[in-house]
Amino acid sequence: MTTNLGKTLFRAFVGVLALVWLVPFYWILRSAFMGISQIFAYPPVLFPNPIKLENFQAALTSLPFGTYYKNTFLIVALCVSGILVSCSLSAYGFSRVQWKHRDKVFYVLMSSIMLPYFATLIPSFIMWTKLGLTDTFVPLTLPSWFGMGTASIFGGGMFNIFLLRQFFRTIPKELDEAAFMDGAGHWIIFSRIIVPLSKPALISVGLFTFLNTWNDFINPLIFLSSEKKYTIQLGLRTFIGMYSSQWNLLMVASFTAIIPVLVVFFIGQRYFVEGIATTGLKG
Amino acid sequence: MSAANPATLGAKRRDSLVGIVFTLPAILGFVMFSVGPMIASLVLSFTNYSISKPLQFIGASNYRALLTGQDTFFFNSIKVTLLFVLMNVPVCLVTAFLIALLLNSKNIAGRSLFRTIFYIPTIIPIIATAMIFMWMMSPDFGLFNALLKLIGISPSKWIYGEKFVLPSLLLMTAWCSGNIMVVFLAGLQGIPTSLYEAIVVDGGGTFAKFRHVTLPLMTPTIFFNMVMFLISSMQAFLQAYIMTQGGPNNRTNFIVYYLYRNAFEFGDIGKANSLGWILFLIIVAVSALLFWSSKYWVYYGDE
Repeated sequence: MTTNLGKTLFRAFVGVLALVWLVPFYWILRSAFMGISQIFAYPPVLFPNPIKLENFQAALTSLPFGTYYKNTFLIVALCVSGILVSCSLSAYGFSRVQWKHRDKVFYVLMSSIMLPYFATLIPSFIMWTKLGLTDTFVPLTLPSWFGMGTASIFGGGMFNIFLLRQFFRTIPKELDEAAFMDGAGHWIIFSRIIVPLSKPALISVGLFTFLNTWNDFINPLIFLSSEKKYTIQLGLRTFIGMYSSQWNLLMVASFTAIIPVLVVFFIGQRYFVEGIATTGLKG
Repeated sequence: MSAANPATLGAKRRDSLVGIVFTLPAILGFVMFSVGPMIASLVLSFTNYSISKPLQFIGASNYRALLTGQDTFFFNSIKVTLLFVLMNVPVCLVTAFLIALLLNSKNIAGRSLFRTIFYIPTIIPIIATAMIFMWMMSPDFGLFNALLKLIGISPSKWIYGEKFVLPSLLLMTAWCSGNIMVVFLAGLQGIPTSLYEAIVVDGGGTFAKFRHVTLPLMTPTIFFNMVMFLISSMQAFLQAYIMTQGGPNNRTNFIVYYLYRNAFEFGDIGKANSLGWILFLIIVAVSALLFWSSKYWVYYGDE
């Protein structure tokens, strides 16, 4: 297929496929600006007319979305900083320090990726209940300070340590040795050499953690019970229950939960794609 | 090989200490939040622990009730979970692989834009995704049925119909397979072009390139994606929780959803933990099978 016709057909096919992929997004936008009578018009209308900006006010004032946003941002901030600190320290210990059984310990830790998340969740729930810490942000954020990311297909569990270790191993050993000669200890090497050189990997890990935590539904569902502690995802669930068939308002609500994720994605796009690519290459 | 003198021994010991200090957060985290709860879960699975009753060891009763069919939902939940996995893994892997192949083509213009479009669905909150698909699959006013009608096919009940619910969920999961696609794309871009040139020299066409270079060299990436995605598909929960509540007629009563209901709705924590362990053993068995099979189809080069 080197002919021009073939090339054009090929490009058209990819273009159409991409448009198909965008349909759900278009459907959110379209529905979010529609009045309820247009929502239930059949066959469906493609463009909202009139454009109902009131939907946003109606949807966003019906529940304390401001509080949900604030809670979610607080949890996300605590998790991202926890993961960055604990995982970079551990990854350093697993890549730049020589010690007995190091790699064995590392692989044991990585086995945590295989554990079904829900099996560990119930005993954790009992533990946090006994400590009187359910319905606080502690169960949602403290594990991050011990290297545990929110479960997800890529970038959850102890996966961040794996990712950072991979990256640290690519930094030439000679840098450490030169610093050792100058009398620097591990802490100096870690904080002055390895961390500054690993900015792209750290940004990737931070972005993944942001997304996983922002999008996390299961942990808040299990651990938070009072409405004023709810995250945005729990708010959405409540919203589904309240407005089961008012699809225009439901689309406004999901739209507002998507926006921060898209903003973060477009700011850090480069790091995302590089980050995922490294996780998939060479175990 | 120098003889061990006290100075280097001291340095070694200090390094061991340093290594453990640096990795201590993760080791503690593993014990407290991973292996500890997992062991606690095993212990609890042999009890009748529940919200109302005091804890009592009851031996393997929970497992017996599940495996002898005394619990009428269990075998169904295993069946629907495996059915879902058996459909979901191939559908998503093939979709992601085909898109990656398209985007890897020399003929494509604006690759990074397309990559972004196919990737974005994976990063948006799954509740939002679920809401959009529920809306599009609405039997009376949804987009999908309108499209079916347009091309003259009778409307479907989508997630609300017993026969259609699992395939309908695949539409959503395939839409969200951008993560896998990006890993495939990275793998494809790592294939040396010299290998393709060799095929051209031998007179091979597009198919020969795919059959003899792309496919074999991609098997490690396919294997990696398969294992990761299989483990996560076995733990499907949110689709059932948000979209179908396990229905219609328990067709989406996935193991994890059933486990969740046992623990947090019926208060039967002992049984929930036995479900968790059965699931864990299934995951281990399936992963072991995949790893065993990998030596027959995964190509690891000449290293």
